[in-house]
Amino acid sequence: MSTNANIEPFSVKDCALVTIATGKKAQNLKEMREHLLNIHLGSVYHHFWGGLLRPRFDDPEYNNDFAQWAHYALQDNILAEQLSVIDPDPFVNLESLRQKLLEVIEQRLDEIETVAWAKPDMQFHFLRSQMVVFDTHGKIGEPEELVEAVPKMSVGSIFYHFIDARRRSPEMMDDFRTWLRSRGADDLCTQLAAVDPYFGSLVELRRQLTDLFAKYFFRGVTG
Amino acid sequence: MTSIEDYVAVTGENVIDRLRQLARPLRGTKVVHVNSTYVGGGVAEILSKLVPLQKDLGLDVQWKVIRGEEAFFKVTKSFHNALQGVPVQLRDVVFKVYEETGVQNSEELRSILEEADIVVIHDPQPLPLLRSCPNRKGKWIWRCHIDLSHPYRPVWQYLRNYVMEYDASIFSLADFAQPLPHIQYLMPPSIDPLSEKNMDLTPEQVQAAKLQFGLDPDRLIMLQVSRFDRFKDPLGVIKSYRLVKSFAPSLQLVLAGGEATDDPEGAAVLAEVRNEADGDKDIHVLLLPPDAHVTINALQRGADLVLQKSLKEGFGLTVTEALWKGKPVIGGDAGGIRLQIVNHHTGFLVKTPEGAALRARYLLRHPDKALEMGRIAKELVRQNFLLTRNLQEYLSILVALIYGDQERIELQLKSAP
Repeated sequence: MSTNANIEPFSVKDCALVTIATGKKAQNLKEMREHLLNIHLGSVYHHFWGGLLRPRFDDPEYNNDFAQWAHYALQDNILAEQLSVIDPDPFVNLESLRQKLLEVIEQRLDEIETVAWAKPDMQFHFLRSQMVVFDTHGKIGEPEELVEAVPKMSVGSIFYHFIDARRRSPEMMDDFRTWLRSRGADDLCTQLAAVDPYFGSLVELRRQLTDLFAKYFFRGVTG
Repeated sequence: MTSIEDYVAVTGENVIDRLRQLARPLRGTKVVHVNSTYVGGGVAEILSKLVPLQKDLGLDVQWKVIRGEEAFFKVTKSFHNALQGVPVQLRDVVFKVYEETGVQNSEELRSILEEADIVVIHDPQPLPLLRSCPNRKGKWIWRCHIDLSHPYRPVWQYLRNYVMEYDASIFSLADFAQPLPHIQYLMPPSIDPLSEKNMDLTPEQVQAAKLQFGLDPDRLIMLQVSRFDRFKDPLGVIKSYRLVKSFAPSLQLVLAGGEATDDPEGAAVLAEVRNEADGDKDIHVLLLPPDAHVTINALQRGADLVLQKSLKEGFGLTVTEALWKGKPVIGGDAGGIRLQIVNHHTGFLVKTPEGAALRARYLLRHPDKALEMGRIAKELVRQNFLLTRNLQEYLSILVALIYGDQERIELQLKSAP
């Protein structure tokens, strides 16, 4: 691994989400499809990823809000299962994720004889979020320091650097890989690329990253 | 007075550090909160904690209360009911009282409000203040703590005209958001783990509270803590209690509530409850003073069953309080209770007195399960519904309002405008 004094240290940032109501809501699957066709892509992002940072039960039955709604409000468990298995991580952009959602929903609309309605107080509310990013003033100078630094990071930092980064980076890459690549740690980047951040909580993701860095640098620290 | 440092013991140092970092760009920002009472009700309780902590983080915060005659509070109580869906007949004179009280209060508050960077108006009572502040320089937010999911339209249309002029609204739940021409933030409220109502108590304190109100400490206690308000369905709770009592004869029921200075209907509902309870020495209807926080805390900790059988609910802070004390809660399937009670995990959501009775019997029969649900419930509150999380969201919203409406606001790249 190369070291270069001119390479910038890794600046640890943190973030907080503010949830915003778009005013759009769906009471049945057809309305859901109609709104999904045009909804702000930030809303698609929020309903797949935002749950990790907003108040919710830590061990939800379904990993995205669309699947939860299909189960609890429409009581369509077939649809809930089909939606819940969608992993947003591999999609190259949010538009392709939206298209996947539409594909599953339209397929289901073709299958069912009658469209189920949610009760008025169980409608799907399309939300989006604003993210406030702030500097923790924490700096990581060398890759080895990740072993100690990552377990101390807040879940907001994990979200910002490992999940949100993929939206910021043209190569859909998390901040750790972007920085490590500049340090020549390509094999570590390959291992990081294999980490799926979706099916679990941010606390679990932090532990997974900590273990990965510890193992790579041959230390026994766990977070 | 509690300082932000005191919360480290409950939340950990990291959470408090984040608040300091988030608050840094807001240092010196002039914020004014306005509501209609210093005591009684959830809003005053939240503000009494939130305001000192915002100050502690370096914001220049003031809390102002509007004044009004009894007629004004009758009007605003009618508005409150109407916004929660009750049809009310209002004559023109009612609107006149409302508007004139707004103008009268603005005489006193105008200079402070016009100078503020952020004004947060809580609930409908102080809404008209904005129109009396034509030289306002800051952003104005309407913070609605009410379940606005199915408002009585004529009253909402009237109040909406005021709300539309604000820069943003904050609602507790997405269900409550309404079509408005400005940005609508969502922010569930929270409890203060260090307050008298939520701090740890000794078993002796819990026992003393039971004895103080003539409860037999060796017998089962079912509890609902709430204002005497029809939306809290106290009569439904009595019905549930009677259904459970036939299976658990030792059961005692405590309906404990206080009076809020802005709720003139409370006395009528209290009379109905007393009438319904008449003749049953095991039903204890307690009208508590606004400062009976330790008593409520002790009753919640000493209860075997906690109910919050609301038919409508803004958020339901009494649910949060009970969950924080490790009690699974049987709650009405309404409003913010749904956000807190994860069915079968932190309690049960019910729609009828019969449903509440069924779940109460389940919890009495499965004490180990109740204990486990209580443990999960406390953790849910720790992660999501403590004051520190509420503070973080407030700070984030202030940043978002001051620094712009883009999806991602990078604070270190920008300086305060």
